[in-house]
Amino acid sequence: MNGANGMSAAVETIEVMERPPLSMGSRLEGELLEVSMGPQHPSTHGVFRMNVALDGEIVRKLKPVFGYLHRNHEKIGENTSYLGSMPYTDRLDYFCSMTNNWAYALSVEKLAGIEVPERAEYLRVILAELTRLQNHASLLGFLLSDMGAWGTPLMYAFREREKILDLFESLSGSRMMCDYMRFGGCRVDADDEWLARAKQIVDRFPKFLDEFEELILGNEIVIARTQNVGKLSAELAVSAGITGPMLRACGVNYDIRKVDGYGFYPRFKFRIPLGEHGDTYDRLMMRALEMRESVEILKQAFPQIAPGPIVNPKVKVRAFRPPVGEAYGRIEGPKGELGFYLISDGSPNPYRYRVRPPSFINLTLLEDLCLGHTVADVMVILGSIDIVMGEVDR
Amino acid sequence: MIGTGILKGMAVTARNFVGSYFEKDRLTTVQYPEERSPLPENYRNFPFLIFDDNDPQAGLRCVACKICEKECPPQCIYIVKSDDKKPDYMGKPQFYPKIFDIDISVCMSCQICVEVCPFEAIKMDKEFELSQRERFDHLLLRKEQLSKSNGYYHKIHPVEAEMVDKNLADAVAAAEAKKKAAAEAAAKAAAAKAAAAATAEAKPPAGGPSPSLASS
Repeated sequence: MNGANGMSAAVETIEVMERPPLSMGSRLEGELLEVSMGPQHPSTHGVFRMNVALDGEIVRKLKPVFGYLHRNHEKIGENTSYLGSMPYTDRLDYFCSMTNNWAYALSVEKLAGIEVPERAEYLRVILAELTRLQNHASLLGFLLSDMGAWGTPLMYAFREREKILDLFESLSGSRMMCDYMRFGGCRVDADDEWLARAKQIVDRFPKFLDEFEELILGNEIVIARTQNVGKLSAELAVSAGITGPMLRACGVNYDIRKVDGYGFYPRFKFRIPLGEHGDTYDRLMMRALEMRESVEILKQAFPQIAPGPIVNPKVKVRAFRPPVGEAYGRIEGPKGELGFYLISDGSPNPYRYRVRPPSFINLTLLEDLCLGHTVADVMVILGSIDIVMGEVDR
Repeated sequence: MIGTGILKGMAVTARNFVGSYFEKDRLTTVQYPEERSPLPENYRNFPFLIFDDNDPQAGLRCVACKICEKECPPQCIYIVKSDDKKPDYMGKPQFYPKIFDIDISVCMSCQICVEVCPFEAIKMDKEFELSQRERFDHLLLRKEQLSKSNGYYHKIHPVEAEMVDKNLADAVAAAEAKKKAAAEAAAKAAAAKAAAAATAEAKPPAGGPSPSLASS
């Protein structure tokens, strides 16, 4: 309810921007050349194919083809127990398994009406924000890599990401497939040593951000390649259901951490960075600014966390049966609104298990963003959408 | 001026390059087969079965209850229950697994089998160098390959293993205390009954649970 009001109010105040020009004034009229880019192309971030119709170097039509990585996630979810789906959610967006776990745990907790202890909520916020840091850092690295800055920025970003993954490993036992959250809490408690280590890494993170911003954001080549490329109007973004940093880059103030206030986010003071033009540069900046806000949240969270239980003892591990009903739990994942819709018929398996994947829905506007740009820009635009094929194809 | 952004970026790269010779923080590469970074306590890879004492087969804690087989999300565990029973760590006769296979090419290391096991019989291993020559047979681990001693478990997860041992010892102690209390109560009941029988010899006992049954 809150969300709808906030969103419509935001849309009214924003002027609608022009779509990119369909023609860039080519002098020669010729046949369109159809090229199939992918699925093995290194810049498509996985097994993703685009059928592009080219006029010279200009994209006239673009048809995304996906489904190469389809693994029947939703149907498996309907045939396994509620707990059994938890490790599968790690494999959706394999960069952000902690936030995937949280979204699924949140929807089951809504379905069964489970309370979460305070310490677990703080741990969830800390881990979700660490996930956001490492996701955005590696996204910036990949985007630079797509632009031709091979190696260096990506390795700098991965150096920071590796520190955060080490934290995940020492807490949950696995770097990427964390499988950490449980219904009504978390699986393992973080000791003081872990929290001190995490705090140290977070305290050092702004140094990396300063360095990275100096490295790329003033760079003339980056500016030339990204500004006015892949412009997205706020109106189109809202009507297409775009969420996350891509929506906020168009200037729409919509962040589920503020709108829903799930978890303990209302207890933290943080700002939502907003873009103005909705182009690739704004999307890139959005990630850089969001990382700073995540660091702010983390700095507030470490002093607040207090000892206590981490899991609700009333939740059964075996033979967990939520009451008949339905629930939709959503969180602000690093890529956008990640939601799980569950229908329970009272049996140990969900009757319906549906994922609302942010990167899939953000990817649907790819053609609108790319028309009129060159093939080289398509890769930059695709990189700025931030997709993970594990989540797009499910 | 155009180009200053690029020069600034170059300066960052140069700083990183030169710094990598002095700052330890910037040296992140580990030369893997020769050097190894230590694995964290919570690290998990594939499950294994724990046996107590020295017998890898008779000492297995697993009682073939098949809960892990049922709860395993990718269904990688296959168990066949034994026909006969053997005594477990509490001295109670229990079934044991005749066949216990884990297909580690299917296993996704989610640790759910460990969480649902009521007997602390299955735990996560830290072994990760598991390359095999065969795709199918060699990645299917049999009971013999899976059973590892409690000492090994203590070596790889020291903190967790201490806790598990304590819990098991507590359970044994609680069971023994209960048994002792029950035996005492039974003895008392028997004494009372004997006394009652002595006072009223003519009356036959009224049926009801015998003291020996109550104690078991």
